[in-house]
Amino acid sequence: MTLLSGRGLNLDFGGITALADVDVDLWPGEMLAIVGESGSGKTTLLNVLSGRLAPDAGVVWYRDPNDHRHDVHAMPAPALRTLHRSDWGFVHQDPRQNLRMAVSAGGNVGERLMAQGARHYGDIRGAALDWLAQVEIDANRIDDLPRTFSGGMLQRLQIARTLVTHPRLVFMDEPTGGLDVSVQARLLDLIRSLVARLRIAVVLVTHDIAVARLLAHRIAVMQRGRIVETGLTDQVLDDPRHPYTQLLVSSVLSA
Amino acid sequence: MTVMLRTKALAKSFTLHLRDGLVLPVLSGIDLAVSAGECVVLTGPSGTGKSTLMRSLYGNYRADSGAILIRHRGETVDLALADPRTILDVRHETLGYVSQFLRVVPRVSALDVVAEVLLARGLDQAAARDTARALLLRLNIPARLHAIPPATFSGGEQQRVNLARGFIAGHPILLLDEPTASLDAENRAVVIGMVRDAKAAGTAIVAICHDADVRDAIADRLFSMTPFQDAA
Amino acid sequence: MKGYNFAYLDEQTKRMIRRGLLKAVAVPGHQVPFGSREMPLPYGWGTGGIQVTASILGAEDVLKVIDQGADDTTNAVSIRRFFARTAGVRTTTATAEATVIQTRHRIPEKQLREDQIIVYQVPQPEPLYRLEPSRVETQRMHGLADYGLMHVKLYEDIARFGQISISYDYPVMVNERYLMSPSPIPAFDNPKMDMMPALQLFGAGREKRIYAIPPWTRVRSLDFVDHPFRAINAPHPCGVCGATDSYLDEIVTDDRGGRLFVCSDTDHCAERREAAT
Repeated sequence: MTLLSGRGLNLDFGGITALADVDVDLWPGEMLAIVGESGSGKTTLLNVLSGRLAPDAGVVWYRDPNDHRHDVHAMPAPALRTLHRSDWGFVHQDPRQNLRMAVSAGGNVGERLMAQGARHYGDIRGAALDWLAQVEIDANRIDDLPRTFSGGMLQRLQIARTLVTHPRLVFMDEPTGGLDVSVQARLLDLIRSLVARLRIAVVLVTHDIAVARLLAHRIAVMQRGRIVETGLTDQVLDDPRHPYTQLLVSSVLSA
Repeated sequence: MTVMLRTKALAKSFTLHLRDGLVLPVLSGIDLAVSAGECVVLTGPSGTGKSTLMRSLYGNYRADSGAILIRHRGETVDLALADPRTILDVRHETLGYVSQFLRVVPRVSALDVVAEVLLARGLDQAAARDTARALLLRLNIPARLHAIPPATFSGGEQQRVNLARGFIAGHPILLLDEPTASLDAENRAVVIGMVRDAKAAGTAIVAICHDADVRDAIADRLFSMTPFQDAA
Repeated sequence: MKGYNFAYLDEQTKRMIRRGLLKAVAVPGHQVPFGSREMPLPYGWGTGGIQVTASILGAEDVLKVIDQGADDTTNAVSIRRFFARTAGVRTTTATAEATVIQTRHRIPEKQLREDQIIVYQVPQPEPLYRLEPSRVETQRMHGLADYGLMHVKLYEDIARFGQISISYDYPVMVNERYLMSPSPIPAFDNPKMDMMPALQLFGAGREKRIYAIPPWTRVRSLDFVDHPFRAINAPHPCGVCGATDSYLDEIVTDDRGGRLFVCSDTDHCAERREAAT
């Protein structure tokens, strides 16, 4: 039973085709990487799948914890907002978009819990400490403002803030974009182990094939709004069939 | 003995779109059968598709036509037609693969690279690490290296970590691609011992092995491949 | 007073404000926009409260006006005289006698009755004002009951100061649905709002918003289970009447550090003094 499904997704931006007949499936606990170059439509697809952008045609189905299927774009705004705060998560490329820079690290992590009705300060702080440890942020930074954090720390804080409500599905948009290589490595390892341990389903958008290879079970390759090839990550990257995939794979530099 | 793996008229070619659609046929009409407790070694000159066949058996390369029948959870699954989740399940449960090169993951220690496999199968961390440790020691990876990520290991050491990772889960079917390529005599002997132990436990093994001595020690049968291999 | 309609505002304006008030009463704690009129005093001086009072006043009403608990400050006197002149209604300083009480920043100590209405003057109706600069966003938050941000602020207070540091205009949840600013009354007064028998109306003239709490409505001050809300008061008895449970003003009496703590509610204090003699 798929957790999230897109069928027949189409989207035009005034003459520019952003998505053309896109079908996507995501199963519980699986990580799907959507790769492509700039303009491929991968971020647009992510936004359509997460309900942030409405398609011109097509439907996105989501199966909730009670096994009911919902049309994401037909959901009332309060329901979708609640979903984003609880069962879903969204990790932005720029962590500042998803953090309150004037609120302490602990407050940032605890916010989703408080929004869900958590009313015990000690428990909220305890959960924040626990999550800071899980993303390898020192416990004594809990009352510090994110303004004092490095880029990698901000991204890890964003991840803690997102995962605190144990979402079953997380959307990630270039989570390691713009970070130093060593910082990236640490973050990727963290994502890898958290996702595996918590059995979170992830839709990960990246232009970096190495990231997809490391993290994803399945991969979908996009070119000009279409998914040109999809399959197991090792299949698509080791035995690319579509001309564009072959071009993409052959272009990757190795250290 | 139960046939654990069987191919029927397996065919695979590569179309190189970056070379104006040049088609490279590699496998054609492969019929291979491997039973439990048996080790079949693929032989033949370079370029005859031994690695391609191996990767196709693992589902890493996608077959053009034919069937790859795997005995999985008491039933027969055709890997050539299976959906991605089934393939992942087959790899998790039934089919193991030791490639020629260890794909290095940053920051994960050699011990955890091996222990991860058992963690994914539900063992607790302590038990998984104990088993991993024992296997690494058997393969002569000393304890002082266990906590270090294998990126800085020698080729032979990396290969031994790879082997540990491949053997530890006790998959009923194992695919070994040049298991002893970078190893010295002592470690070759260890690997031969591990293969024999696996066979005794009923594992079906397909191997590529250029070293004649090792091949003689582990093979029950040879499957020789020539360009455009027809009947076995 | 010649030339002015009863209670200054024209009837159409009163109708508009009454419609707003009805809507506000129907959705407790929800801010209703209204067409705030030009009043004969500037913004920041109680124009919102005055417009609400003007819209509900009838010829038989008895009006009390207090400013920080006192009937005798300049503002309280001015506004009381304004309505005496433009509406000709009876005015009083005795809480028990009033049918309408307009107040700036305090709730009288005496419990109010079902036949009374209290009108609050509100400077900033938006409780999330300091936390979220975007009005579009706060509207969305109210609409979706998405109030995590306010609890984050309380969390931050406890993390930083060991306790919630809000001493006035302490945010409340009305009818378990809307987050509301009770106006800058001291936190000490918040419990009086809960299940109050009287109708509570709120007017913000500059911000052009009306809101309301119908009688017998649950009003809960935000807190944490392990850091519960406390109504804080100065730990002194009133220096004039001896009350230990009323809100106190601190009066500097000399330049040698002398202080006197006196009931902020002048009517309450006077009543207690009379009863003692």
